[in-house]
Amino acid sequence: MSAVATRSELEDFLYLEAALLDNWQLDEWLALFVEGARYFIPPAGADDDADPSTTLFYVADDYHRLCERVKRLKKRTAHAEFPHSRCRRMVSNVRLLGGDAAHFTVTSNFVTWRSKLGVTTTFFGHHVYAMTRTNDGLCIVSKKTFLDQDDIRDQGKISIIP
Amino acid sequence: MTVNAPALLDDDRGRGVFRVARLAFTCPHILAREREAIFNNSWLYVGHESEIPQGGDFLTRKVAGRDVIFTRGKDATVRAFFNTCPHRGALVCREAAGNGAMFRCFYHSWAFDLEGKLINRPGDEAYAQGTRQGGMHDLLRVPRLENYRGLYFTHFQPTGPDLKTYLGGALEYIDLVLDQSETAMEIVGGTQQYGFDANWKLLCENSIDGYHGLPTHASYFDYVKSKPGSLVEVAIKGRAFDLGNGHAVVQYTAPWGRPVAQAVPAWGEAAAQEVAAIKARLVERFGPERAERMSSTNRNLLVFPNFVMNDIMAVTLRTFFPDAPAKQTVNAWALAPREESAAMRELRLFNFLEFLGPGGFATPDDCEALALCQRGYGSLGGSGWNDISKGYQRDDPQVDDEAQMRTFWREWNRRLVAQPA
Repeated sequence: MSAVATRSELEDFLYLEAALLDNWQLDEWLALFVEGARYFIPPAGADDDADPSTTLFYVADDYHRLCERVKRLKKRTAHAEFPHSRCRRMVSNVRLLGGDAAHFTVTSNFVTWRSKLGVTTTFFGHHVYAMTRTNDGLCIVSKKTFLDQDDIRDQGKISIIP
Repeated sequence: MTVNAPALLDDDRGRGVFRVARLAFTCPHILAREREAIFNNSWLYVGHESEIPQGGDFLTRKVAGRDVIFTRGKDATVRAFFNTCPHRGALVCREAAGNGAMFRCFYHSWAFDLEGKLINRPGDEAYAQGTRQGGMHDLLRVPRLENYRGLYFTHFQPTGPDLKTYLGGALEYIDLVLDQSETAMEIVGGTQQYGFDANWKLLCENSIDGYHGLPTHASYFDYVKSKPGSLVEVAIKGRAFDLGNGHAVVQYTAPWGRPVAQAVPAWGEAAAQEVAAIKARLVERFGPERAERMSSTNRNLLVFPNFVMNDIMAVTLRTFFPDAPAKQTVNAWALAPREESAAMRELRLFNFLEFLGPGGFATPDDCEALALCQRGYGSLGGSGWNDISKGYQRDDPQVDDEAQMRTFWREWNRRLVAQPA
């Protein structure tokens, strides 16, 4: 298998993604996805192969819902995120799991801190990306964010894009 | 000498005023009284039969701060035990769910069968005959466990009204949901456990609050409207009912799609036909009037003190317990007809997570609102009142009035007054 992307190229991409989210540049974040992309957060502790058509996910966005999620998070009426919380994302353990340039799988580990109204919460877990390479460079075809905590009792809600 | 506790309710229909002291949300002594007068003395939801379908299935759960094991024996009987070893007290079962033939405490390796009976302990010969009598070393069963059509509730007092009597006026509304299936309702995979920094009673109110929908959830409705055909031309209209024993419901029409059974154009032609067939079967089974009520009206039901069954764009069961005056843990589930098609199941789950999930477009804003209420109580240093007067002088309280919350609060107050401080 010829390398479809180097680790440093993948890291640059994922660090950029994290920075865009940290800075609430949500339109720019959305532009990292291909049209028709999907975005998922399975329930805490779910297996990597959990299916949103039979299991109740926290998030299971088709492209329309993903775009609307971004639109919503920019509104004052997204009350839980107005004013926007302060967030910082740490991304590591980036691995290319295989595939070809048209479709390859990348995983990373993450910790995200969210702070608002004097309360700081932590999300940790791993992301699984399906990615492709287009004329514009790397793009996300689907992103699954697995929360590796037992439950989200401490976080209460997933009002950010962890 | 008895010292009169300060009044927690200001209930004056003549003036049209109903208020609750904010102390009710912040005071640790009131939480201690609630534990005695309410949580130790009410039927509390534990789980659904479909979560433990096979003999040997078990799951562990916290009910009013007590760890319990909810399990089905090889004899198919469902039982619930306090999850504490009769020896030194350690949790006997540490897994969230599973299937097995016994529960074994790892500390000294005492083991119990699915009926809670002690079946093995190392060094058994050192125990005298007196320790073998009366099941003193068996797992302790909850004092009472009863079910209504697969919904299991526990009661921590050994005597008192049975579950069906307690549910009383709520049965009619529970039936309207459970009758949606011709075979059985089931919990769909994936419990949602979350929590937030707000008193548990704020979620009692919020779960049946028809007044906050438009302001709090404006961004949800924006989303729904972004997708052509996601709503039908139906107004949010209906009313509240006091069901007795502190139970209350709002029943109302609404424009969103319901798998049972109100289709919206965005679901497409195949789904429209499927929903029409579901409705036709309801008419055959229950007659046109009840079928219409099941299909076209929504229900937000609160069974006192803390069991919610909301039959809206999907069906959710929810229960929540206080960890502290300003902290609660929520468990929520999706309930659905077992025989539902894969396509309808998917529509249902998407309906659920768009609105109801902690990652949805609505529930995070509810959590935020309740946490901000709690935070606001600090401003007046523990004094002040919450207002719950909307529609108080109406004879037919509407869905966006607050009669359903007044029902809850009256029972809450009755319990606390009856309980010596």
